[in-house]
Amino acid sequence: MTQAQTFERFIFDRQYFLSLFEALTRRGYCVVGPTVCDGAIVYQELTSPDDLPIGWTDQQDGGTYRLKRRNDQALFGYVVGPHSWKKFLFPPRIRLFRARRTERGFNIVLNDVASPPAPDTPYSALNDPPSGISPSIPIHPTAPKFAFIGVRSCELHAIAIQDKVFLGGAYVDPTYKVRRENAFIVAVNCGQAGGTCFCASMNTGPKATVGFDLALTEILEPARHYFVVEVGTDRGAAVLQDIPHRPAHIEEVQLAEEIVARTARQMGRQLDTTDIKELLYRNYEHPRWDQVAARCLTCANCTMVCPTCFCSTVEDVTDLTGEHAERWRTWDSCFTMDFSYIHGGSVRASAKARYRQWMTHKLATWIDQFGTSGCVGCGRCITWCPVAIDITEEVRAIRASEPNHKEKTDGNT
Amino acid sequence: METLERILAEHPFFAGLDARHIQLIVGCATNVRFDAGQFIFREGEEANEFYVIRHGKVALEVFVPGRGPVTIQTLGEGEILGWSWLIPPYHWHFNARAIELTRAIALDGKCLRAKCEDDHDLGYELLKRFAHIVEQRLQATRLQLLDVYGVHS
Amino acid sequence: MMSDPMIPRQYRISRVRRETADTFTLELTPVQDEGTFSFAPGQFNMLYVFGVGEIPISISGDPANPRTVVHTTRVVGTVTRAMGTLKRGDVLGVRGPFGSHWPVEEAEGNDVVIVAGGIGLAPLRPALFYILSRREKYGRVVLLYGARTPEDILYRRELGRWRAQFDLDVYVTVDRATGGWRGNVGVVTTLIPRAPFDPLNTVAMVCGPEVMMRFTALELRKRGVGADNIFLSMERNMKCAVGFCGHCQFGPTFVCKDGPVFPYRRVKDLLAIWEL
Repeated sequence: MTQAQTFERFIFDRQYFLSLFEALTRRGYCVVGPTVCDGAIVYQELTSPDDLPIGWTDQQDGGTYRLKRRNDQALFGYVVGPHSWKKFLFPPRIRLFRARRTERGFNIVLNDVASPPAPDTPYSALNDPPSGISPSIPIHPTAPKFAFIGVRSCELHAIAIQDKVFLGGAYVDPTYKVRRENAFIVAVNCGQAGGTCFCASMNTGPKATVGFDLALTEILEPARHYFVVEVGTDRGAAVLQDIPHRPAHIEEVQLAEEIVARTARQMGRQLDTTDIKELLYRNYEHPRWDQVAARCLTCANCTMVCPTCFCSTVEDVTDLTGEHAERWRTWDSCFTMDFSYIHGGSVRASAKARYRQWMTHKLATWIDQFGTSGCVGCGRCITWCPVAIDITEEVRAIRASEPNHKEKTDGNT
Repeated sequence: METLERILAEHPFFAGLDARHIQLIVGCATNVRFDAGQFIFREGEEANEFYVIRHGKVALEVFVPGRGPVTIQTLGEGEILGWSWLIPPYHWHFNARAIELTRAIALDGKCLRAKCEDDHDLGYELLKRFAHIVEQRLQATRLQLLDVYGVHS
Repeated sequence: MMSDPMIPRQYRISRVRRETADTFTLELTPVQDEGTFSFAPGQFNMLYVFGVGEIPISISGDPANPRTVVHTTRVVGTVTRAMGTLKRGDVLGVRGPFGSHWPVEEAEGNDVVIVAGGIGLAPLRPALFYILSRREKYGRVVLLYGARTPEDILYRRELGRWRAQFDLDVYVTVDRATGGWRGNVGVVTTLIPRAPFDPLNTVAMVCGPEVMMRFTALELRKRGVGADNIFLSMERNMKCAVGFCGHCQFGPTFVCKDGPVFPYRRVKDLLAIWEL
């Protein structure tokens, strides 16, 4: 009976985390995950579990992010930092094509397969921005194959949301598609919530439920440090076979569930999503937009850190001879003036219009466009806003101003 | 007069007026005809009539030194020309010139003003209709002012 | 190799025609014989000038002629300026066609009113070609066209030909008369109240600057044309034309894929919101 109940969960000890790395590397994956860099936990290529932010945690609030030492050796004892996985699936800057002038026109060259990089070239070196023009630097000749370690539930939802944008319509983005299909995902259930987290409100966490190959819950006991593993795919099961593991006991599974349940109760923020689309649609002219615009620096930080923001621009460049041209796609932000420029001027010239565009898109128009909210409650936009603008507070203010508003009680999410 | 009455009664501008009022208006109406190039009225002249254009095209012009006559607006079949007859001091602000052979019904403004004073119901009905014309011209002028096809920066 | 919607195909300019002081028409044919280019009236292409940039331009040719792609462009920015210097034989990158189209089939059996302002006549021209080639399927067909000045009137020769046609009512007006202009003076909306169509059985297709379309739609509604029977073509910044770049959002819509042609009912409220 116990066996039947624990069939879906397995246990491997902390010491075997290296085996996970090895299993993934052996399969040709470039392992990326959280690591400490410049005072923040960011996502980078990792060489071993030692690169993980062992014993670190983060303290987050509006406009505030600090790393702090934990009094244990947890591998995942923090929440999300300024990076998200979108930088691997939807690169911040990528060359779409190169073109060479010919006598009677021009030729378009796609990937420069003539000079592929050495097999051990780190991914980061392949994505160098061009210095003016870079006819000799190829974009990755073969699609990168990433294994993401430590993907949080909100981030799984963010990836699913970007899937709808780049794969779900009449057109498919080939850059995204190949990276996405190749990606191996090791999710981690959050053992604690951050000060700006509100995934529980958005129904996007803290427990990973879909979209992973393996999902881990980290458990630290005085005498034991281990992971409860859930297998999401056959691919995940195959990787698990390479790690010494055993079926979980019911107590271990319960403990893992309790950890996640406790996290859900710790959310630093909450957002009432009741009829949120209608709420924002009927408040396009609300005075609150002027108030938030008075604070907003239109710096675009929120869009850069947001794991679902997908806007991009293209840049066409030539070399000095005018013989070679390239088109690069880079992340863009609806907070810039250029974003909405049509001949004569920008459609959204005021900060008010740009903040309103961003927030209304995230929480309302996104639902019409893609059948889902564009917000996963990760809290990054709150933490990384230099003036601590808080999307949950903005929604609350608009909601509270409505005549028939009833205050929703805490914890009712 | 039979014909004029029918024409006026069927014109959208007069739609909804009762027969008695139509009768009063017809009493002030005459058929007129202007050749291409002929002035219908000139800026500064007394404004004592308005026109229901039946055929042709009329340009409202203003003379700008150095530029010559500038056409502000053209009016054609079915449109009403002139509302200065309604508003003191009853002077035309623009020239009106037929740019092609134009036939119209002229309505004597002095005659109508007197009838409107006697019969405020008629006055109100006419004012309502002219208010609509003035509103249309004002909206069009505002849109024209925006210079929507120009390059702005 | 997966087909990448961001990669342009090469088209050679077979003809350049100056339309007005700041507009020109390019006729393009594929460099590689790729067969035919089929599009629906109202759709647009992304045109790429080597090394300079790429912009959305509506298609203004005859949909029945799939060998030539025609674009009429106004010089308003870097890319259009560069495009204006191209000559016969030069090559452009083309992606498309993209977007929604004018309801030319749905309009069968009805009167059709086409209201164009300025360069807005260019995206409506394919609809006119289409309708005139099946003229018997429509009721009255009326073209109301407003330009800034007589010198800014596009497709003069064609307008002359259409005007001479007994089964098409063409009314042209200018905001400002110049020179010896003998035609109408006044904004294009002033043509609507007396234009010959049956408002209850009319499909209206409107293209021009946004303000002009707003006023036009109001005037058409006043005349009695239903909000579902009025169609507008919207313009927004576009980088990709396939729904990825996010630039062309207009409320919940993406102009590139939900538009550019929208039923008035769908965008009416959005048009009233400033800086949307």
